[in-house]
Amino acid sequence: MTAALLLERVTYRYPGAAAPALRDVDLRVAPGEFLVLAGDSGSGKSTLLRAASGLVPHFHGGEFTGRLESGGLDTRMHEPAQIAAVAGALFQDPETQVVMGTVRAELAFPLENRGLGAAAVARGVEEAALALGIAPLLDRSTHELSGGELQRVALGAALAGRPRLALLDEPTSQLDPVAGDELLGVLRRLNEEWGTAVILAEHRLERCLSAADRVVALRDGAVACDADPRGFLDWAAQRAPELQTPGARLFSLAGRRPLPVSVKDARRTLAVQAARFDGVAPELAFGAGSSPAADDGSLDRTHRRGLARLRRTARAPAALAFSSVWLEHKGGATVLRAVDLAVAPGERVVLMGRNGAGKSTLLRVAAGLTAPTRGKVVRGGRVALLLQNPGDYALRDRVGDELPADVLAAAGLAPLADRHPRDLSGGERQRLALAIVLHGERPAVVCLDEPTRGMDRRQKDALVALLDGLAHEGTAVIVATHDAEFAAAFAARTVLLGDGRPVADAPTADVLAGGWYFATQTARILGGAALLPEDGAALLRREAVVA
Amino acid sequence: MIYERRASPLHATRAAVASAWCVLLAGVALSFEHPLVLSALLATVVVAAAGAGVARRVLLALGLSLPFAVVIALINPLVMRDGLTVIARLGTVPALGQLDITAEATAYGGVLALRAAVVIACFALHSAAVDPDDLLRAFRRVSFRSALTAALATRMIPVLTRDARRLHDAQRCLAGEPAPRRAVVRAVAAGALDRAVDVAATLEVRGYGAARRAPRGGGRPWSRHDLAFGASAIALALVGLVAYVGDWEAFAAYPAFSAPVDARLVVVTGALALCALLPFADRRGIGR
Repeated sequence: MTAALLLERVTYRYPGAAAPALRDVDLRVAPGEFLVLAGDSGSGKSTLLRAASGLVPHFHGGEFTGRLESGGLDTRMHEPAQIAAVAGALFQDPETQVVMGTVRAELAFPLENRGLGAAAVARGVEEAALALGIAPLLDRSTHELSGGELQRVALGAALAGRPRLALLDEPTSQLDPVAGDELLGVLRRLNEEWGTAVILAEHRLERCLSAADRVVALRDGAVACDADPRGFLDWAAQRAPELQTPGARLFSLAGRRPLPVSVKDARRTLAVQAARFDGVAPELAFGAGSSPAADDGSLDRTHRRGLARLRRTARAPAALAFSSVWLEHKGGATVLRAVDLAVAPGERVVLMGRNGAGKSTLLRVAAGLTAPTRGKVVRGGRVALLLQNPGDYALRDRVGDELPADVLAAAGLAPLADRHPRDLSGGERQRLALAIVLHGERPAVVCLDEPTRGMDRRQKDALVALLDGLAHEGTAVIVATHDAEFAAAFAARTVLLGDGRPVADAPTADVLAGGWYFATQTARILGGAALLPEDGAALLRREAVVA
Repeated sequence: MIYERRASPLHATRAAVASAWCVLLAGVALSFEHPLVLSALLATVVVAAAGAGVARRVLLALGLSLPFAVVIALINPLVMRDGLTVIARLGTVPALGQLDITAEATAYGGVLALRAAVVIACFALHSAAVDPDDLLRAFRRVSFRSALTAALATRMIPVLTRDARRLHDAQRCLAGEPAPRRAVVRAVAAGALDRAVDVAATLEVRGYGAARRAPRGGGRPWSRHDLAFGASAIALALVGLVAYVGDWEAFAAYPAFSAPVDARLVVVTGALALCALLPFADRRGIGR
């Protein structure tokens, strides 16, 4: 049977690049297989997907050796437009993945390009819209959509023709956990019921590993691991700890085996090993409001420090305060509804909530980019805002021209001074943008909108360290994110927005421990007893000793 | 400048015809130099924009293009040595040599600026009133490369508009004075090639240009507005051609500026305005 994707000794170098982006890659993906591509930023995941869609080398140029067949079509002989008939592709930036004026036209576009009749196009549009939950958006203009909506629409366009092969590069990066899970459900359905082979590149492996038949890890453009999910986790534990899922990391640190592929898998293993952690959760979850329990000595030191800091900051004057803030668009929707929120100096807060809940708008109002229609915003000083695209902050041709040399050096960017900002990696670009935003008058509040999009774990850890440093200097830090693991690692307080107003505002452990969707994988495995693998592992080890 | 469907005869016209009409109007402006014709054409485009319900957008584009027009008007007298009537002697300027400003070069600078304004207004009207999605579909049946170029031209405006808006917002987040508008425009322009590559890549992976034939049953009958604007475009082209071949425009910028107005020129000007505006009179069937 023809492979859905076949790579034979594929090596590829971008024009002018010193090193190849893909090295000697051999890979065969069977029809109906669900393959997850893992690897750090810059490991070659996106390039492999671009090669599979024919964009490499047809579109990007460069040196290509070896053979690649996508859906049976040799990419050396067929143009990307021809390969599109068998392989639907979605790449990282949804802003440039949407090319039509309305959502309906966008979904119809690939079907029309294949010469389908009006009835088949209409049916394909309806089905794609229903599958991705975007039916209410069908007649909306694409330029009005949020990042998450754009991502779903672009994905709908990629899958509308029900291709034999779906090539997806971080399709959930801008989606809230609910929409992300729904999307993975759609991919599973396509895979299981229609036999579509799926190749999915992801940083947040915990989201998709349970759906995968196989995981291929890339390192420096070469295949470093090709195994089933459990085999991959065993390999990652030994060779690439940064690629471990939180659940696998929890088990590794606690010395438990086998490493779990999913939450269900982990809980079953723990149950078999007679560890009864469900009952442990309430007394171990730290909560600012529950003082007696919080002070009973069961909290670990980190949690006690967090609690103490929360109490201190609650007494301090606010760095930023919202008082009954409303934002109602003229002739449009109400985006913020009577928001009351105060953030103290040095406080670390995350805003969570589904797409369209008002997180980005709240940050824009905080920074004064958008004026509220009612209510008052009191700022204790400058509010610096890092928007979703860090590349938007660098206007010059050299990194060195953006900031004085001493500021660049302090941000660790001095070695990059002669590079063009567009040539920086995602993490470097984020650091540069943050340095630009922080330069000048010291801000009282720093707000970041989805800063971990497309970041690998190493880059996220570096960002947490950077933001911790700011908070220790007294700057309040507010981050809007869908990334529960990042929120747990960084924030002392979590505000959950729903329909334009805070529906939960509590210590991070309280919010992220017990949620269905807004919860870390460790919390879901341990029933909320700990948020992070390190804390959970300590708990598991302690339980093992007690047992 | 993003397309939005309005209830107007131009919006109700199929994209290929509406696009050809706008481009021909700009082409006519480029083939005339007489200030009377150009002024009449500018007024015609603004009235047409009002008829299409997008006058504000076209006027906004004209306002934004004003500095560009002023630069054209100022540069011409500085670089042109022709003309008999010297109105200022600026002495010797490095790189430019002896600099005498003539009345003719100054007047012709104004003509060039006016012509640029008409062309900009035509393309602003095109952006606001011609459905880029329909245009993309129409071009799909032509050769792939030209279709891709046309598609990029139609898609890049909204993409770059969004980029400019985001960059401007990012600048407002910084301490101190935000970067000047020209720095933002420069950054957007510098990134335009990258963005064009991204958009073109998306068009390719969506299969654009793969099917040369039209979708089955996709043919739409020609509406009264398709026919009216098609006839208007042909009439505009014919009037422009006749006036050009017959040399009815007695205009000379150098050595002495001469722009006489005779009956033939008035007729041509009136005919152009009438041809362009007549299709807007029919308001039947213009809804979505």
